[in-house]
Formats: sequence, structure tokens, C-alpha cells
Amino acid sequence: MSRYIVIRILQAFLALIGITVLVFILVRASGDPTHLIITPTSTPEEIANLKKQLGLDKSYPEQFVVFITGLARGEFGDSIIKRKPAAEMIKEALPNTIKLGLPAFFIAMALALALGVLAAAKRDSIYDAGVKLVAVLGQALPGFWVAIMAMLLFSVRLRLLPVAGYGTLKHYVLPVGTMVFFLLPGMMRLVRSSMLDVLDAEYIKLARIKGLSETKIIWKHALRNALIGPLTTAGMIFASLITGAVITEIIFNWPGMGRLLVEAVAARDFPVVQAITMLVAAMVLGMNIIVDIAYAFVDPQIRYQKS
Amino acid sequence: MIKKQTKKVLEVEGLRTSFFTRKGEVKAVDGISFFVREGETLGLVGESGCGKTVTGLSLLRLLPEPAGRILGGKIYLDGINLLALSKKEMRAVRGKMISMILQDPMTSLNPVYTVGEQIAEPVRQHQGLRGENAREAVIAALRLLHIPSPELRLRDYPFQLSGGMRQRVVGAIAMSCNPRLLIADEPTTALDATIQAQYLALFKEVQKKTNVAIIFITHDFGVVARMCHRVAVMYAGKIVETAPTEVIFKQPRHPYTKALINSVPRLDRKVERLYSIEGQPPSLMNLPPGCRFCPRCPEAKEICREQEPAEKQVGPEHSVFCWQVS
Repeated sequence: MSRYIVIRILQAFLALIGITVLVFILVRASGDPTHLIITPTSTPEEIANLKKQLGLDKSYPEQFVVFITGLARGEFGDSIIKRKPAAEMIKEALPNTIKLGLPAFFIAMALALALGVLAAAKRDSIYDAGVKLVAVLGQALPGFWVAIMAMLLFSVRLRLLPVAGYGTLKHYVLPVGTMVFFLLPGMMRLVRSSMLDVLDAEYIKLARIKGLSETKIIWKHALRNALIGPLTTAGMIFASLITGAVITEIIFNWPGMGRLLVEAVAARDFPVVQAITMLVAAMVLGMNIIVDIAYAFVDPQIRYQKS
Repeated sequence: MIKKQTKKVLEVEGLRTSFFTRKGEVKAVDGISFFVREGETLGLVGESGCGKTVTGLSLLRLLPEPAGRILGGKIYLDGINLLALSKKEMRAVRGKMISMILQDPMTSLNPVYTVGEQIAEPVRQHQGLRGENAREAVIAALRLLHIPSPELRLRDYPFQLSGGMRQRVVGAIAMSCNPRLLIADEPTTALDATIQAQYLALFKEVQKKTNVAIIFITHDFGVVARMCHRVAVMYAGKIVETAPTEVIFKQPRHPYTKALINSVPRLDRKVERLYSIEGQPPSLMNLPPGCRFCPRCPEAKEICREQEPAEKQVGPEHSVFCWQVS
């Protein structure tokens, strides 16, 4: 098991290096950031000066060396626009995103688990129909539209909640709610179908033959077997949430990672884009490893194979 | 071989079970009656789809819902009508009074729990044992099924055991609460021939020790000869003949039983090709009005097509449903 984890960590590290190179090339393929800073009256000297200042006058290989040596020292470079370290900007934005992402993640997962299991256990009942309806609505309605409609209803019409921004507990309700609305349907359907597969298994029949209660059969015998598929998806959702919910943050003007990323991309702010992308990559890779370890807890067969 | 002196553990009277599908009602079990005594094994024999397994599941009231329903009849276990029990009372019967062994040991154990945990569940549920006491009961069950070094095995997961060993574990689960009745639904079909013989011998021994009544569901007359005291032959949802095992082999009376026994391959006779019964069993959704075997029966007469045959007693504990038997 531990050897397996070490191998997975090494693999993740190699992948991270690959992603670093790719990101470096791709952001530079997007265009020249100085074009967005200069004014029509800027002289060629001023432009050259600006490029020199930003280190963009050097060749790509030279820029890459600067980038890599910076990384080795834990520096991501300074933001081209804000002229302050990219790492510092992330440090400001990340907690806000986490404050939004964590509650949304846990509320959505808890609801998905409860409703998905309920729908599977009471298949073709009114509960199942309700769950299906929520799933269809959630997957068919675009998230941004739902967010705006919720804003219109609760903030503009009913004046119960603030329209946007950041501060009090009330500010969390709409963005977290919107995110739960995005996340819930897919996860809920996954839990439901995974549970339905397991409930057909012979060992569930045997559990009934033993005289176990339906509660034990569903929550003990079925759920643990049904968890593997949803676990992978939950890991990926978690990684993506922590690194920023772009649409939600923009709509609700939330000072988090998603908004920072969009602004940085629009301004061709290379160091910031690079830093955020690497953080996202590291999160996804890290979550993959955590999910793999979680598998081993859920399924003994995986635990024993890899020891 | 008949154990007349002992008490009847199970008595089934006119059991009717149907499945309600979109296409209509499937009469899987259509009015069958039989009994099993203490320490006795009754073979329930017939081809696939004749209602053997549905009979077994009906006794436990574990039909796939909502399609499967018991429409009528009585199931007495030690004199108590199981069909009159509440759902909760019935749950207390399952695993404690009646157990069942399923066909495939590779899929009937939960892959994520240890063998010990899976045997401990009914012990905790029905006998209220905890901790060390539960552990001892689990080890006793593993010992009963001759599982070597039970103290170590109970920590194993199903995937660490062979098919034969897993089926013994399923047997240990079934026997863990010392049930009155055990339903074995083709428990050896998925096993190798040598393991099969071992398993059958093991169950004879378990029965001697515990005096459990067994219903052995099978389509294999070799297994019947080795395991059963009495046999009930099923055809298209009905029992057509019941007799002590040696009588079934020597003097089968129903044309279907005769045909079944004729179609068993034998080593002591040289034949060009195996005997097989012409035609197909009738659709359980659209049954013929008379005898169900009539369309395939070589002895069929006019009356067979028109009226269902009544039960005829033809010997001690030997009854047949056939117009042509007098």
C-alpha cells in the first residue's frame, strides 16, 4: 500500500512538471500582454522599456529558465497588471474561494447521498420521481441563468438577501445555493444508479435472507459497495471547487480564485495565470491520490492487491 | 429412508405465487402442497423456470417486489402460518428459523466485509450475542462446515477464498442460528464436481448433527439420489409427483417423471443419443386448460386436454397428478 502511494506521488510530480511546461507555452501563445497595457500614445521606446521591465524581451527558453528558477525558490513571479507577487494575490483570493467551495461541496454531497440512496431504495416511488425531476432541472437549466433568477427573486423582489458581494453570512446563501444546484444533480444520479446496480446483487438478497433490517441492508451492505464510482467524481468536484467556481464568483462578484483567473486570463497576466493553473493541477493530482487511498478504505480488494 | 416418526417442520398448502408484468400475470407457482419433516431432505426437482426457486423465495416471503406476490395458500412452520405474520415478525423468522443458500458462492457474499462479520450479523440480530460470545458462535458455525482454522478465516475477505470455501461460508451463515428449515437452491451447480461431492457429504453431516429440515432445489437427479429422502417433481408451476427417493427411481408414475429419469445420462447403459423430452414447457402466462404436461405427453388422452388431474395416492407417501395413473 505505502509503496503504491509513493509511486502515485512520483507520477503526480512528473505530471505536474509536464503541466508546467505546457502552461508556460500556452499562455504565451495567447498573445502579448503589453498590447493590453500600452496606450495609443506610447512610444516604441516606452513599449520596449515595459517589455524589459516585465522580462518579456528575453527569448522563450530564457524566460522559461527564469520561471523555473523562480518556482524552485517558491516564487511565481509578479503580476503584470497589479505589480505585486502572484502568490500574494492567490493568498488573498484562495480563502474566499474555500469559504464558498467547502460548504457548497459538503451540502451538495450530503444531499446527493441522502437523495440518491432514497431514490434507489424506493425505486419508482414518488421520491424517485422527485429526485429525477430535480436532476433533470439541475442539468438542463444553465447555472448562470439560475443564479441570476435567484438573485432577481430573493434579492431584488423579496429583498431577503444581498445581491452580491462579500461579508456577512447572508452573502453566502445565494452563491452557495447556486453551487449546490450545479453539483447536486449529477452526483445524485450517480449515487442512485450505482445503488440500483448494487441492490440487484446476490449478496443483497442474502442479507435479506439473513433477516437484516432494510436500513442495515441499504446503509451497510449496499452503500459501501456503491460508493466507488461516486467517490472518483466527488474527488474531482472537490479539486475544481477549491480552485474556483468561475461562473458563481463572477455573477456574485465574489473575490475568489475563479474571478482572479478570469481577470488574469483577460489581461494576459502570465505569472498569475501560470500560478493558478499550477495550483489547479496540483489540486487535481493531489485529489486523485487521496481518492485512490479512499478506495482502499472502501474496498478491501484494492487494499490487498496493492500491498 | 422415510422418517415417518418425526415431526413435520414445514407444511405448505395450496401455495400460489404470481408475477405481475406488463404483459400479464405469470403463474410461477400455481397451487402446490408439500411438507418436510425434521432431519429430512426434500428434493424439489424440475427444469429451469418450473417454479422451484420461486417456491423457495415464497417460503421466505422474499419475492422481487413489486412484481412478485403470494396470492394464496398457507405456509406453516412449526404450526405457525408465515403468511399471517407481519413484515417485522417475518424478518425475525428469516435467518433464524429459515435460511437459504443461493446458487453462486462467487456473488452471494458481500465483497467489502470479512467472512466473520457476515456470519456474525445474523448471530447478533437473532441471538443478541455481542463481542466474544458472537465470535464464538461464528467460529462454531465455521467449524460445523469444516472450515479449517476458523480463527484465521473469519478475518478473511470473500475474494481471498476459493469457490468451495465461499460456499461453505454461505453454509455457515445459513446454519449460524441453528434454523429449523434450510432451503438450498442448487448450491453445488457452480462448484467443481469433486468439490460438489464434498459439499453434499458435508450437508448430510450437518443435517445429522442439527436435525435441520432441508429443501434441496435441483435439476440434477444424481444429487437427488445422494441427498434426498423424498422428492417432489415440479412442472410448469405445479407439483406432478411426490414420492420417496428410491420409489421415484424405481417406479416413477407420472409420464413427466419417467421422461426426466430417462433423460439422465447413465454409465451402465450404452445409448446412441441421450433421451430428451419433445417440445417446450407451456408459457406460464397462457396455460392449457387441462394437464400442463399434456402437449408433450406420450400417454395423453382426451380428458387430459380438458380437465386438470386430481391428486392420486398410489403408495405410501407417493402421490401423482395424472389421469392415466390408476
